[in-house]
Amino acid sequence: MLAVLLVGVSLVAAGTGQLAIAPDEVLGSILHRVGITIWPLPSHPNGDSALWTIRFPRVAMAILVGAALAAAGMIMQAIFGNPLAEPGVVGVSSGAALGASACIVFGLNFLGDWTIAAAAFLAGLVATLLVYFVSRANGRTEVVTLVLTGIAVNAFAGAGLALFMFLADTQSREAIVFWQLGSLNGSRWQDVLVVLPVVVVGLVVAFALSRRFDLLSLGEKAARHLGVNVELLRIASIVLVALLTGAAVAFCGIIAFVGLVIPHLMRMIIGPKHLPLLIASTLGGSVLLVSADLVARTAVPMADLPIGMLTSLIGGPFFFWLLRRTRKKAGGWG
Amino acid sequence: MTGARYAAGAASPGAASAETTDAASAGVASVTAPALRVRGASVEIGGASILEDVSFDAAPGEVVALIGPNGAGKSTLLAVVTGDQATTGGEVEIAGRPLGAWSLKELGRRRAVLLQQNGVFFPFSVREVVEMGRAPWQGTPRDADDDRVVDESLALTETTRFQSRPLPSLSGGERARASLARILAQETGILLLDEPTAALDLRHQEDVLRIARNRARAGDCVVVVLHDLSLAAAYADRIVLIHDGRVVADGAPDAVLTGELLSRVYDLPVEVMRHPVTGTAIILPIRQPSAARVAEPGESSKETP
Repeated sequence: MLAVLLVGVSLVAAGTGQLAIAPDEVLGSILHRVGITIWPLPSHPNGDSALWTIRFPRVAMAILVGAALAAAGMIMQAIFGNPLAEPGVVGVSSGAALGASACIVFGLNFLGDWTIAAAAFLAGLVATLLVYFVSRANGRTEVVTLVLTGIAVNAFAGAGLALFMFLADTQSREAIVFWQLGSLNGSRWQDVLVVLPVVVVGLVVAFALSRRFDLLSLGEKAARHLGVNVELLRIASIVLVALLTGAAVAFCGIIAFVGLVIPHLMRMIIGPKHLPLLIASTLGGSVLLVSADLVARTAVPMADLPIGMLTSLIGGPFFFWLLRRTRKKAGGWG
Repeated sequence: MTGARYAAGAASPGAASAETTDAASAGVASVTAPALRVRGASVEIGGASILEDVSFDAAPGEVVALIGPNGAGKSTLLAVVTGDQATTGGEVEIAGRPLGAWSLKELGRRRAVLLQQNGVFFPFSVREVVEMGRAPWQGTPRDADDDRVVDESLALTETTRFQSRPLPSLSGGERARASLARILAQETGILLLDEPTAALDLRHQEDVLRIARNRARAGDCVVVVLHDLSLAAAYADRIVLIHDGRVVADGAPDAVLTGELLSRVYDLPVEVMRHPVTGTAIILPIRQPSAARVAEPGESSKETP
């Protein structure tokens, strides 16, 4: 059902914009490329090229990034044993953004197209490791500790970004601002080609680990008694989170709360089992981001709203509500 | 159920042959080879000695109760056996093989552990939690039995009724029984239970220990940490009394549960009476009539880990 929704939203999203193209024409355009000609081509003379050079890479990017962020959020919640863990909240995203912007400011380009993604991954990995080892005690993370650690990491990364902005020239400065706000504007096929393999590999590994995540929710000891190598699972998951978040942040900046809202909603609908939850979360994350991006670029005519702003607008109150609910269950946090 | 368990248990690599060689070399006065063997185990945490030179065995078919005052080291000893607590000396063998030589997955098929904390981080249903007990058998021919074993475990612990409820929404006692169901579903020949009766009412205490004893009668090895001495007297085949990190006594309930020994170990005058019909030991602190109302029975207090 989510998959159908995703296809539908993607077709509508690809067709909407300054140059409106009907969904069946969008589908026609895609199918023509693979040799099926039952549906009509876009009627507008520039329609086909607009779709393939601007819209499709952007929608593809939204699908990938949405899936990556939602999956990263779910994995973090599994290994932290805390439903409030999320790359944006705990500072993994801003850590990754710090790495990415360092590349821009210092003009680093040692890996070609992959440089920014690699830097985002490395910085994200450091941030994840830091949060993980600082915020955990006795096998799980208390909400207060997690949120406070997130504040600290976000503050540090924010300071770094501010420093880079100070050091940077005007052009780089704009790029950094773009990172902080998050946007899918200007996604190109070559970016999609960098993100695609990372996200696919990340998701495949996550699927393979999902049953172990179930066992981990019994607690570390109980999981070990059931044959799970907890240390290995933990390290694999941390790398996975950094990989998925890094890929997303490298080209789209900080898009917060996708990894919080989506897994949580899906868990309420289909339950906590991690395999179905992961499938639903990746699809749901894609749907959310494609729709959010659609709103971002069409809500205000001739302007592109930052998508990170939109997701935070929804995610912020949601996080607040979750926090209240969790607190009620935990009987206050002193 | 039991026949199938043993057929497959013996088929697990190395276990069968290891057991037979162990039976030959073991100088222990048990009929069968020990499923569990601890030799000279010592544990030091932060310079403090928690366990000192502890040795004990547990054989298939018997219920061994570990008893002792708070902080005596019972739970630590159990953690040594499960591999959660590293030792500073000594050896632990499971089915004749050193603990370190087992892979985690193999161990998961060989011994199940019931911890004192039995929460789950996300609202998994009781049935889903019990199904997690089948995880070690995933990918083996025996995972075809999953549904049947889960059903049986739920029925045995009387948790079938709330199998679809989320585990975190249950009461402490219900949660403990659901966790026991998970351990039973794991179908291991060795059960290690850390205070399984702590959160339970009178009837469910009896039920849980009866389940444990039935598993032992069917050939399992059951090691259980208990606080309630009368329960230990009624259900254990052998009792290991631990005090200050050492084994003080190890033997049949009647030999270990004497007023003199218990009074010394628990630092409280204790008397052992006999049930007029069954003859089982009943252990009570000696209470002065005037102090009876304020006296706290030592054996029912909960140990803090």
